[in-house]
This record gives sequence, C-alpha cells and structure tokens, in this order.
Amino acid sequence: MKDLVKRYGLMLTSYMVVASLVWIVLLVILPYFMMVNYSFRPNLVAADIGGPLDHYTIDNYITLFQNQVHFHVFLNTIWGGALVTFICLCVCYPIAYHLAKVATPQRAAFLLLLLVIPFWINEILRTFAWFIILAYQGPLNAFLKFFHIIDKPIRYLSGNGAVMVGMVYAFILFMVFPIYNAMESLDKNQVEAARDLGAPTWRIHWRVVIPHAKPGIAVGCIMTFMLAVSSYAVPSILGSTNSRWFTEIIYQWFFEGQNWPQGSAYAFILLLLCIIFILVMMRVFKVGLTDIAK
Amino acid sequence: MHRRSGSEILLNIYLWVFLFYLFLPLIVMGAATFNSSRFPTVTPWLGTTLKWFGELAADDRMWDGLISSLGVGIAVVVISVPVGLGAALLLTGLKGKSRTFVYGVMVSPLLTPGVIIGISTLVFWDRLGVGPGLHLATLGQCSFIIAYVMLMVLARLQRFDATLEEAGLDLGASHAQVFRRVLLPYLKPSLIAAAVLAFFQSFENYNTTLFTRGLDTTLTVYIASKVRTGLTPAVNALALILISITILGAIGYEILRRREQARDLAAKRRAAETERRETQLA
Repeated sequence: MKDLVKRYGLMLTSYMVVASLVWIVLLVILPYFMMVNYSFRPNLVAADIGGPLDHYTIDNYITLFQNQVHFHVFLNTIWGGALVTFICLCVCYPIAYHLAKVATPQRAAFLLLLLVIPFWINEILRTFAWFIILAYQGPLNAFLKFFHIIDKPIRYLSGNGAVMVGMVYAFILFMVFPIYNAMESLDKNQVEAARDLGAPTWRIHWRVVIPHAKPGIAVGCIMTFMLAVSSYAVPSILGSTNSRWFTEIIYQWFFEGQNWPQGSAYAFILLLLCIIFILVMMRVFKVGLTDIAK
Repeated sequence: MHRRSGSEILLNIYLWVFLFYLFLPLIVMGAATFNSSRFPTVTPWLGTTLKWFGELAADDRMWDGLISSLGVGIAVVVISVPVGLGAALLLTGLKGKSRTFVYGVMVSPLLTPGVIIGISTLVFWDRLGVGPGLHLATLGQCSFIIAYVMLMVLARLQRFDATLEEAGLDLGASHAQVFRRVLLPYLKPSLIAAAVLAFFQSFENYNTTLFTRGLDTTLTVYIASKVRTGLTPAVNALALILISITILGAIGYEILRRREQARDLAAKRRAAETERRETQLA
C-alpha cells in the first residue's frame, strides 16, 4: 500500500481503494451474502419479518429433494449442461487446433475475425435463429421433405433435443477461443519432433497438444457448462413444458410463486453446482485458479 | 516444405462446414425479414416485402426498449470504466497472497452465472428498500462488467514501463500530472476498448437484467418476449439491423485492436534496434 501512495499520491490511492471497495463489497460480496442469508429463511409476510417466526431453517433446501418434478429438472439440467459441454469440446478441438497450429497467421487472423462476428451477436438472436429453422413448417422440415428424407414434418420444438442444439450453437465459441489461446503458445517444433520420431497423430495430440492446451480446455469447459446450466433464454425459447430447465423454476419461484427465500435457495444450489464443476475441472486438468481467470 | 496431407484437407473441409453451421442460421433469420409470411420463415416464400421494417418502426415498445438499453449501456460505461481502472491500479500495488486473494474476489463475478448476479442484486437492494428497475439492472450488470474492464486495463498495465512515472516525478511533476500526462495516455487504447466492450455487454445482457428489471423492458427483454408471444417478422427486421451493426462493430473493433498490436510491436522493435546501436557504439 505504501508503494502505491509513493507511486500515485494519496488522492489517487484513496480513489483506487474506495472504488474497489464499493464494487467488491456493495456489488459483489454483500449481495451474495444476502442471497444466501435469504435462502435459509422462511417465506414470511412483511409483518412477520423479525418476529418469532423469522428463524433460520433448511426447509428451502429440503424442498428440492422432496419435489420430484423439481429434482428431476435439476438432474436434467446437470445432464444437459454436461452433454452440451462435451459436444462443444469435441466439435471445437479440431477447429482450435487448425486455427492455432495449422493455418498460416494471415489465414488464422481472417478466420478469427469470421468467428468473432457470431460471438458478438446476442444469445437471444442466436437462439431465435434456431427457433425459425426448427419450426414445424420451417426450413429444416421443408428441406428434408423436399429430398424425401422424411414423409411428414417432425415436431422438433418439444423435448430436450432442440434445447441442446440451441445451446451448443449459442455457447460453442466460448469453447473455441480459450482452447485456441492455450494452443497458440505451443511450439510447432514439438509437434514436428513427435511426428519425426514416428508418433501417430492421435498420440501426438494425446501426449503433446492436449497436455499443453489443458488450461484452455478447462476454461472452455467451465464457461460452456456454466452458461448452459444457467441459461434462461435458450430453454424458454426452444423448450417446451416437458423440457424445463432449472433456471425456469428459479424464475417461477421469484415472479410467479413470490417466494424469494425458496428461489434464493435454488439459486444458491445452482451456484454451488457451478463451483463444484469448476473445482472438478481444476482437479481433472490439474490447473490453478490463476490459469482459469485470465 | 509444407506437404498437404489427407488429414489436413479433411480438417479444412471440417472448418468450412463449421463456418457454414455458424452463419447459416443467421442468414436464414435475416432472409426471413423479407418474406411477407406472417410467421417468420423462409419456406414457403410468399413474396418479397419490406413491410416488416415499417411495422418494426411503428412499434412503440421497441423504441422504449431501445432507449432503455442505450441508457443502461451508457450508465454502465460511465460507472464501470473508472471503477475498473481504479481496481486494476490497486492490484498493481498488491503482492503475494493478498494480491491473489483480491484478484480472486474481483474475477469471481465472471465465474458466476448471470442469473445469480441478478438474483443476489435484487434481493440485496430490496432489503435496503431499493426496488427493481433499470437502475438495479445497471448495478447488477456493473458487478461483472467492471471485472472485464479491470482485466483489460490490467493486461495493458503489465507492459507499462514504470520508470516513465519515476522520471516524471523526479522532474518535478505532481502525482496528478504524471497520472494525467503519462499513465492515462498510455492506458487510453485499453480504456476505449473496455468502454466499447462494456457497452456491448450491457446492451446484449439478458440473464442479469431479467431478474433486476422490474416492470422496465430493455431491447433484449423485448425481443425475448416477442419471440414467445406475438412473433412476426418485425423481430427479424430488428435482428437483421442489430446483426449488421454488430458486424460493423466487430470488424471496427478488430481493426483497431490489430493496429494497436502492430504499433506496440513496431515500438518494441525500434527500442531493441536503438539499444543494439547504442551497445555497438559503446
């Protein structure tokens, strides 16, 4: 701290400290704390708050395990999120490798620009695009019918399939860029050396490229999983009543059930799920927090 | 020297299929704007029209949403850029464990789902007697957008030559002068980039806004509600306009970023060259 005062003067240093504190305390830590605090309280009318009924309880957490429908949606969300993450990883790995190690620098720069464009486009709009394509009388059914692949149109917008397709499309670039960034620093000579020594392609990737790209793969998986399980837009646009998402239930607790403590408990469970996933990824890929938050 | 193997050709084909997959839905969505069908689609094509642009322009709720989004976006930029700058500077003065800890707390909003940021903001401010609305959406968005700004400024700060500041101070400049004349000009490109990014992030935010907006509607919320109820190709017209702006913005942003990189590289080369000559002379 003394260094800072010496370097920037007292005024500027105080500004830095105050601005950072206001942000961290008022916008980050206290809101989290309040949400967790809420989640351990019963849902009371305003008059009862602070009264004898206002005590800590874990009832809101027990609800999830007692309510079969909610618990099923919760598991479905975890499974869906994991599946989306896995598909994105498989699809993106070759793309990232091509961009980082195969393409010439000029070509890679051009391709990256092409990839950046859909990345900047709103999640809602990207989901809406698939809503049009997958509609009952939409272009996909028309196309398949035209080539006699199907006889009558398929109803895509019911069930999990459309939600998965939409999520993969919406979040896939969050997987490409971290892996690309990590692979970029790999020395091409290592790949060449492995090849000259007779290693087959799969082995080069397994022993040379993947170990180097680990932090990027971890970050890509974390981002994709987090965005998928916490997405509200994609399931609400592409889903139907039999493919509900955990976020939709949280939303219902807040704005239809008017039960904020219950909603907060579910939200905290969702946050814990993300934290557990981050920890698992860090363990699996043996990377530290500083590698992730870059 | 460079032989093209079969696997490389396959990889190339795969890449183009991937790009096709990325762009086709956007093209379909844009094309549906010009179909006169009531429901947005490209099959069957019932005739080419521009009427949906007119219908979009006549929708008051769209204009309200647009104005709200612009207002929130500007407010987010005004708050997040100075605070993010302060936070980045503060981090440069911390070392060891305390730095790791503060850094971890500062980036934690980036690893938190947007809905959770929205919920925690809503619950916290409600306790303090502040109801939901655009102001709360602004605060909720700031909590993670500041982290983006902080990271962007920090990345540039790490390449800053601190001896420049010392030189300024030694030559009798005040701290404020050094900050204004040396540090700020150096950080300017990253501050501009951060402001642009912050605005875009805010403009397209849905998850955090959804929980904090109250009865107010931003443009993103408007689009989502339109898609679910009352969908006409007017939404496509809006999508097409937003995509066009985004493409121009993305290209402009990339060009600026690359020019900046090239300039940095050139400066570094010049410095190395000068140093080499000086050592030769000595």
